[in-house]
Amino acid sequence: MAIVPNGPVLALRGISKRFGAVQALTDIHLEVHAGEVVALVGDNGAGKSTLVKSIAGVGPADEGVIEWQGKPVQVTRPHDAQELGIATVYQDLALCDNIDVVGNLFLGREILRVGVLDEVEMERRARELLQTLSIRIPSVRIPIASLSGGQRQTVAIARSMLGEPKLVILDEPTAALGVEQTAQVLDLVERLRDRGLAVILISHNMADVKAVADRVAVLRLGRNNGIFDVKTTSQEEIISAITGATDNAVTRRKARSGEVAK
Amino acid sequence: MTTNVDKTNGGPSNGANKASGPADANPVAKDAVTVVDPRLLVRQEGFKGYLTEFGRKMRSGDLGAVPVIVGIAIIWAVFQAKDSAFLSPKNLSDLSILLGGTGMISVGIVFVLLLGEIDLSVGSVSGLAAATLAVLNVNHGVPEGIAVLAALASGAALGALHGFFFAKIGVPAFVVTLAGLLAWNGLMLQVLGTTGTISIADDSFVRDLTAHYFSQLIAAYGAATVATAGFFLAQFLDSRRRKAVGIPSRPLSEILVRTGVLAVIVYAAAWRLNEYKGLPLALVIFVAVLVILDFVVRRTSYGRKVIALGGSVEAARRAGINVVAIRISVYSLAGLMAACGGIMIASRIGSASQQAGTGNLLMEAIAAAVIGGTSLFGGRGSVWSALLGMLVIGSISSGMNLLGVANSVQYMITGGVLLAAVVIDSVSRRTQRSAGRG
Repeated sequence: MAIVPNGPVLALRGISKRFGAVQALTDIHLEVHAGEVVALVGDNGAGKSTLVKSIAGVGPADEGVIEWQGKPVQVTRPHDAQELGIATVYQDLALCDNIDVVGNLFLGREILRVGVLDEVEMERRARELLQTLSIRIPSVRIPIASLSGGQRQTVAIARSMLGEPKLVILDEPTAALGVEQTAQVLDLVERLRDRGLAVILISHNMADVKAVADRVAVLRLGRNNGIFDVKTTSQEEIISAITGATDNAVTRRKARSGEVAK
Repeated sequence: MTTNVDKTNGGPSNGANKASGPADANPVAKDAVTVVDPRLLVRQEGFKGYLTEFGRKMRSGDLGAVPVIVGIAIIWAVFQAKDSAFLSPKNLSDLSILLGGTGMISVGIVFVLLLGEIDLSVGSVSGLAAATLAVLNVNHGVPEGIAVLAALASGAALGALHGFFFAKIGVPAFVVTLAGLLAWNGLMLQVLGTTGTISIADDSFVRDLTAHYFSQLIAAYGAATVATAGFFLAQFLDSRRRKAVGIPSRPLSEILVRTGVLAVIVYAAAWRLNEYKGLPLALVIFVAVLVILDFVVRRTSYGRKVIALGGSVEAARRAGINVVAIRISVYSLAGLMAACGGIMIASRIGSASQQAGTGNLLMEAIAAAVIGGTSLFGGRGSVWSALLGMLVIGSISSGMNLLGVANSVQYMITGGVLLAAVVIDSVSRRTQRSAGRG
């Protein structure tokens, strides 16, 4: 594990957010350190996406403090988050199908040479970036449409790396991916951690969480419902924190079918 | 826990190839991406590789400009067989001038289609621009240059207005521009007033736009030489620079073949044009506009943003692209190009009339862009498709006029060609999907 300075990269203190009559987030606390993968889990509607949006500046929180490297900061626009070094990879891949890999990696931050797109430099940098992240795709000059789901996701993540972020937020990166592609993405998440980045991973897939996360933060109905160390916590404990009780549909089902045959 | 991923080995994908370990500490790897996906069909070196690659592209539905070029060849062959005057210098020269008017409008349409939208108002805008020019210049005695600028500005402003309603207010582009089609046609009639048709003086600068020829032999051949040399140089320098930093580049043989093909076309055109009155100014203007706007689309970040919007609006927005500004600017450009086209058409006809910008002008402009290979579905296309599509449409109407075929039949045939082009677009799109290319 690379450089792990003291103190969290990002700390959320008492984040609250309200949509009309709905209190989406209530007094959320969360800390993320460099070189650490924190999984953010919770049922649908638990407030995961809302929390991420407040960090990414898409939907700022109503109350609470965001501390970045120990200093309180204002994140009211996506631009603010990018300036700080927060990169967000959204669930529905933010890639353009009709543009090639290089074009997508540099979309919105094209490298120019005397006012003209510098395709050569962009292609060179793209190859370098994919190489350092050990991402293998057939060619950097084929349209995104030709890539598999996993390859697209890795390109989307690689894209977030171009801004040299300190924190990467991945919103369900393995949803809708096959076994092999999921493994590729999880590999990539580990490489990000090994490079000293802080990672927030949103996932519904407990296997993924167990595989790569260091800590698991559980949200339930817009509140903190425990932060667990993955190594010392069983999957059942996390699930009961997510669902809010030990007696729930998941455990009942497991009890019926005996030991988990997963 | 069997679902746990083997962290040290980096998953099944890495097992197959020799990976450099999950944590690649060295950020700069000189040998670029060495491990290539074995499933990828890598192009072989040299000219043979170029041919196999070409064949594969054809089969996978990446047809590019091939169907149009084949279409033009067939059309020309048929008409030439029917009437030997078709490929005569005069007819080709007239055709080259004819292209410019509708072609300019079509270039604007290409931009709108790249966004994945449509602009139905360009015909009316072109008519209004011509009327503005004629009324200011002829009726009010405004100097020609200023009148032209005013006409162009009016086109750009009207386009921006459409863009504003579409991008900012959120009215579907189809409806906004349909309203524009009606409204600007009405405004044009009002501007022209009771006079109806306003003639443009024969010795005027506007008239010269389509009436002037560079008659010295050197003009056409010189232009052909500049085009060929410029093309070769651009390709060669790009290839050399790519080689220098160690990324795949075009082999010299391929560049030479491409340059050769271009040279044959432009020198043949120059020879044919010189047989008549020389290089028409209208053609020079049209090709210059095409070259500039093609450069804008392919090599500037603005063009990249337009294409990105055609691919995925949401992705573009998240990449920090100002969606509203790009959309308004594209509609404004479409309006500007419509005004350019309107002026060129008025120049060729010699007047601004109440019929300007009506009839099948709009449909021809859109059809040209689509026939030329720009997708109706957004994000794919080229500025050059305006030229190729206009060559098809212009050749058909010119050839039919030569043969004395009635307008009614011409419309039906042009309609059939448009349908064929859209079918090719849709089918090639589907093939590309299955071949993973589109």
